[in-house]
Amino acid sequence: MSSLLTDRVLLWFGAVLYLAGFVTGLVALTRRQSAGGLRTILNLLLVGGWGFQMAGLYVRGLAVGGCPLGNKFEIVQFVAWSVMVLYFFVGTTFRGSLLGLFTAGYAALLALVSLLLPAWDLDRGTKIFGQNPWIELHAALAVFSYGVFGLLALTAVMHLLQNWSLKHKRLNGLFWFLPSVVQLDQINHRLLAFGVLLLTFSLGVGAAWWVRDTASVDLPKLVVTVGVWFAYLVVLVLRWRAWLVSVRFAWVCLVMFAVALLSLGPVNSSRHHPVVLTPER
Amino acid sequence: MENVPPVLFLLGASHHTAPLAVREKLALDDTRAAALAERLQRTPGVREFALLNTCNRMEIYGVAEDPVAIAALREALCATTGCPPAEFDAAGFLRQNHETVSHLFAVASGLDSQIVGETEILGQVKAAYDAALARQWTGPVLNRVFQKTFQAAKHVRTHTGIGSGQISVATVAVDLAGRIFGELASSRVLVVGAGEIGLKTAQAFQSRGVTSITVASRTLSNAEAAAARTGGWAASLAELPEAVVAADIVASSTSSPGHVLTAPLVAAAMKRRAARPLFLIDLALPRDIDPGTAALPNVFLYNLDDLAKIAEENLALREAEVAKCRAILAERTAALWPQVAHSLQGKKF
Repeated sequence: MSSLLTDRVLLWFGAVLYLAGFVTGLVALTRRQSAGGLRTILNLLLVGGWGFQMAGLYVRGLAVGGCPLGNKFEIVQFVAWSVMVLYFFVGTTFRGSLLGLFTAGYAALLALVSLLLPAWDLDRGTKIFGQNPWIELHAALAVFSYGVFGLLALTAVMHLLQNWSLKHKRLNGLFWFLPSVVQLDQINHRLLAFGVLLLTFSLGVGAAWWVRDTASVDLPKLVVTVGVWFAYLVVLVLRWRAWLVSVRFAWVCLVMFAVALLSLGPVNSSRHHPVVLTPER
Repeated sequence: MENVPPVLFLLGASHHTAPLAVREKLALDDTRAAALAERLQRTPGVREFALLNTCNRMEIYGVAEDPVAIAALREALCATTGCPPAEFDAAGFLRQNHETVSHLFAVASGLDSQIVGETEILGQVKAAYDAALARQWTGPVLNRVFQKTFQAAKHVRTHTGIGSGQISVATVAVDLAGRIFGELASSRVLVVGAGEIGLKTAQAFQSRGVTSITVASRTLSNAEAAAARTGGWAASLAELPEAVVAADIVASSTSSPGHVLTAPLVAAAMKRRAARPLFLIDLALPRDIDPGTAALPNVFLYNLDDLAKIAEENLALREAEVAKCRAILAERTAALWPQVAHSLQGKKF
């Protein structure tokens, strides 16, 4: 690959295309262009942005000798990439691709902020997972689950907007493109279940290695990670039992994601040595 | 003498120009339409024609060799319908060449309709053309013009907001239900009161795929009679608390002086169905549904005024799109007309 196309340059291209998708979608929306046209333009830009971002992460992965999750910059980029992967699966069922607009804005924000803050990318660990693929899988799944929870936060915002528009009888403009309340509730429920499943699997893999070397993980990281997982699990049970529904459920999903994002600080700062364990025979 | 090319024309009357009494005279049933067509076929100088006959317009589109043929055609129309020529002249209109194309584009796109943006007219124009094509009344000019008309109407509907938003109380309610539930096929509708407006609303829901309809009324025999009309089930008002738990959409239109659905009744129902939203439509005056229910989570309450206001807003939005539609259609008319003029001179498209 050309020396000009460094990982950061590729990631910049990705971020700019996400931003272009967001701006194009917003303009199309304000001009009341057809949903089909909006969806096509948006998806083309998002697929392009995602391709560049994946290429950037791949180049970074080659440089660090593993999954690029070694600092805040890489984690945030990976979350943005995960959100986009999920949108490609989930977004097709959404009316007018408004979810695409929200996802584009969200991914552009994450990607641009991470690129504009050089401090997040000063320390770049190499082989931080000790070339242990299981620990790498644990980390990748955990961050991917944060991507799921990020998308859940977006659909929760859409649910709140649709509920507000129907309650206050403000039905035109942006609100016209929102999916139905029932659709949003179902997708919120499914995203929550999927996120919890991924995080559970990730923690299960991590726990299997942690018991062999309990000193490999700091207590703050342990407490925060298990706390976030447990809180999401409780929310899932409450929703499943229909004790937490509708607007309250959407608000809780939003608050939970804010908490999950804040937890990234202690989790990231807890990395102090690579895991070099090998599987037991 | 100079060789004058044939004329593409439109002769007719619509709700914009003719009062109801004249439109009644001009309205053609099947027998009179056939009689008129027979006369037109025998009228010298009329090469092609198609009849568009709806409750709001009677229009003849055609190709005539000269103005004499159009005058003969007008006489045939008046003779067939019994409308005095003077009355027709006062209420009718004649358009020629590109104005005919422009008018047909506007009609098919719903711009000329009484309810701007309605879609039924496009189907009526298609039916009129199909009938004329099947009987070989049309030729190369009208075939081209009608086919381009359908493309133009489709383009306008796709690229503008002319058809967006519902504009009757019943269809606005159905539209709102779609924004709450998405697909309505599995939704359950409860109609409280056996009155006409409630049943019309139920029928509007049926047209969107709803199959489960229950009618509840103070008198069970009235509920049964109304349920028979909708193909649904009947219930008495005593069964209302259970019926609300089972329903997704409740449309109430009784003549009760007080609230039929109180806030405690709805709150109790929501405790048993918390995860499912409830759409309450109050079609009664005085109101049947306690306004306090609107504050309950996952409950969406709309009354007659709310629905009428949305319908008015939607209509205003459609009307705001008219200028945009006309600009698009003007471009398309300008592009099509040279081809049509070419064809009128006997040359191929």
